[in-house]
Amino acid sequence: MPERYPGYDVLHKRNSQSWNEQTRRVIDERLAIDPDQHRFFTEEEWPTIRAVCDRIVPQTVARPRPVPLAAMVDEKLHRNSGDGYRYADLPPMREAWRRGLAALDAEARARHRRRFHGLGPLEQDAILAAVQNGDVREHAWRDLPPKSFFTKRVLHDIVSAYYAHPTSWNEIGFGGPASPRGYVRMYFDRRDPWEASEARPGREERARRENARVG
Amino acid sequence: MRQYAEDEPVDFAIVGTGAGGGTLACKLAEYGFSVVALDAGPYWRPLQDFASDEHEQAKLYWTDDRITDGENPIQFGANNSGKSVGGSTVHFAMVSLRFRPEWFKARTKLGYGADWPLDWREMWTYYAEVEQALKISGPLNYPWGPKRPRYPYRPHELNAAALVLAQGAEALGIDWAPTPLATVSAPRGHSPPCVYRGMCVLGCSTNAKQSVLITWLPRALAAGAEIRDLAMVGRVEHDDTGRVTGVHYIRQGRWRFQSARNVVVAGYAIETPRLLLNSATSRFPDGLANSSGLVGKNLMVQSNQAVWGVMEKEIRAYKGPPSLAITEHWNYADTGKDFFGGYAYMSQGPLPVVWSGTQSSKRGLWGQRLLDEMEKYNHQVGLKIVGECLPQERNRVTLTDEKDQYGLPVPRITYSFCDNDKKLIEHSLSFMRRALDAAGAGEIWDETDDTCHLNGTARMGDDPRTSVVNADCRSWDIPNLWICDGSVFPTVGGVNPSLTIQAIACRTADRIKALARRGEL
Repeated sequence: MPERYPGYDVLHKRNSQSWNEQTRRVIDERLAIDPDQHRFFTEEEWPTIRAVCDRIVPQTVARPRPVPLAAMVDEKLHRNSGDGYRYADLPPMREAWRRGLAALDAEARARHRRRFHGLGPLEQDAILAAVQNGDVREHAWRDLPPKSFFTKRVLHDIVSAYYAHPTSWNEIGFGGPASPRGYVRMYFDRRDPWEASEARPGREERARRENARVG
Repeated sequence: MRQYAEDEPVDFAIVGTGAGGGTLACKLAEYGFSVVALDAGPYWRPLQDFASDEHEQAKLYWTDDRITDGENPIQFGANNSGKSVGGSTVHFAMVSLRFRPEWFKARTKLGYGADWPLDWREMWTYYAEVEQALKISGPLNYPWGPKRPRYPYRPHELNAAALVLAQGAEALGIDWAPTPLATVSAPRGHSPPCVYRGMCVLGCSTNAKQSVLITWLPRALAAGAEIRDLAMVGRVEHDDTGRVTGVHYIRQGRWRFQSARNVVVAGYAIETPRLLLNSATSRFPDGLANSSGLVGKNLMVQSNQAVWGVMEKEIRAYKGPPSLAITEHWNYADTGKDFFGGYAYMSQGPLPVVWSGTQSSKRGLWGQRLLDEMEKYNHQVGLKIVGECLPQERNRVTLTDEKDQYGLPVPRITYSFCDNDKKLIEHSLSFMRRALDAAGAGEIWDETDDTCHLNGTARMGDDPRTSVVNADCRSWDIPNLWICDGSVFPTVGGVNPSLTIQAIACRTADRIKALARRGEL
């Protein structure tokens, strides 16, 4: 699929009035995350969580800064930074992930005699959909409600990591950090020169030109 | 900042510095009382400390463990709970609304819930005081309710998302208005006008937002109050006569004791009952102020359901405060409803992490379908309610055997909507679908499971058997123990609670001053 915001890179604003010093520090740290770093997940779990991340948010297009999703989830779990609530039907965050990844592998073995990461994308998606719908076979889910695990941990932790990364902001045309400079043009179909320009049909080149000037 | 010794009793030790405690600390200090206000969170300096980032700003939220259950488990943290000096107002959406007058007598006049021991005409004067203190930006004429003074500052410019609400409302023949907001539309003191960066719920990094942190608390400090941050209160102490004597709190890893002649609990509707319940002793085995058995009960959220759609035009709802337009039509109309209570609905401006959570966790999308939906971000519009939920004793806060990082019992919060709540939600979704459709949106869908705000759990009333505090926020059981936050609400109405919490705090301060003068403290 063609890019909706061709050539838009929110990082071009890094040195502009839209980013204050504390924002630069935070985003720099995020961009520096080593995609292979894992301090919470074990060597056994690491290929599984990577495979799950690849299916929940597929990053098929080659791009300069892919989102180090699994490492970002690992970082959250390593720091054990919770959201401020825990559903009574789920164990604490770390425990839920450990049990959940083991159960996913068990489910994959029961269906295909291979671990989850060894399956093809269609087989992986079928298993994830089964977990989402609670339609699982393996007794490894005995102590972990699959629907809750999928919605409240898998989707919540992976998707929120992805959309905290500048690469995803480029994809959806989000203005990104905005302080001290905010926005001026508030009306329909109006963009400030420091916002992403959308490639409407026939306007792709113009959008690309405008996006090159964002800063 | 003035500092008080721990072993010399201050007039008031206030637990919590949000809309209730922060406001009260200011007013009491200005009336000449000695005040120490403790908060579990840090004292932020927004200009230096706040980033434009959803993950980083999670540092503003109360993220200690809470176990959530019931038929409709509540999400806490970012959704409704602050752990900062200034409380949740540091990250609130600034919507500053008055109650409909009849709600103060909901039982008598409207036939549901419970009556408040307060008179709306008196509250009207306190609302005006708070609106002035926060220099609320709002419309010249507000379409609903009795006459009120004009808002101190002019309304904010509407963004496209707000104009969609206006178009829908006009098509369906109901009133709408620019939302009265606690962010300035013109310079004020150290606050520059709002620059429409749209990240209000992450904390305002320019200080345009008129939160408790930058309105009441500087006044409190100037009047001689001490704000003690990073101080988590774990227990309220009492003596043999049954009067409270101060608070035990943990700061820098050490338990300490602040002596006080009066204690005000203002921790919001989870932490307030948690503290009172955890302060149980042989004299008060069910917790402090709990002879009615109602501490922790009647927890009320507000329903926060939404209808979302996609417009052909670019909306870019991330620009400007998230809720720039409102209709309170269904708060004031009593016909055409098959439920008690009311709701407001407002335009929306979710940031990417929150929006992706709505599409994934709430709507169930992942994989390519999620990416495709997320690409429509700049064309997305939404209408979202703040809906009245009825008080039910089964919705409650209790203590578990698990311990948190301070060694205090982790709370369990149980919440279920009742049939009336569900009818209200269904009514709102059906109406908002029509409104979005009339405004020209396509691909319309419902977000059915969200809540906002926390109230109840220590309700005020006229009768010690059916309430925890009286109209002055003074506990019935212990004369020098007060509760001043959203916990005291007997009902919630269909508007955001912060303005009402602050108005009650102003009234409480006036009552304390009057009682002190009469020697009745």
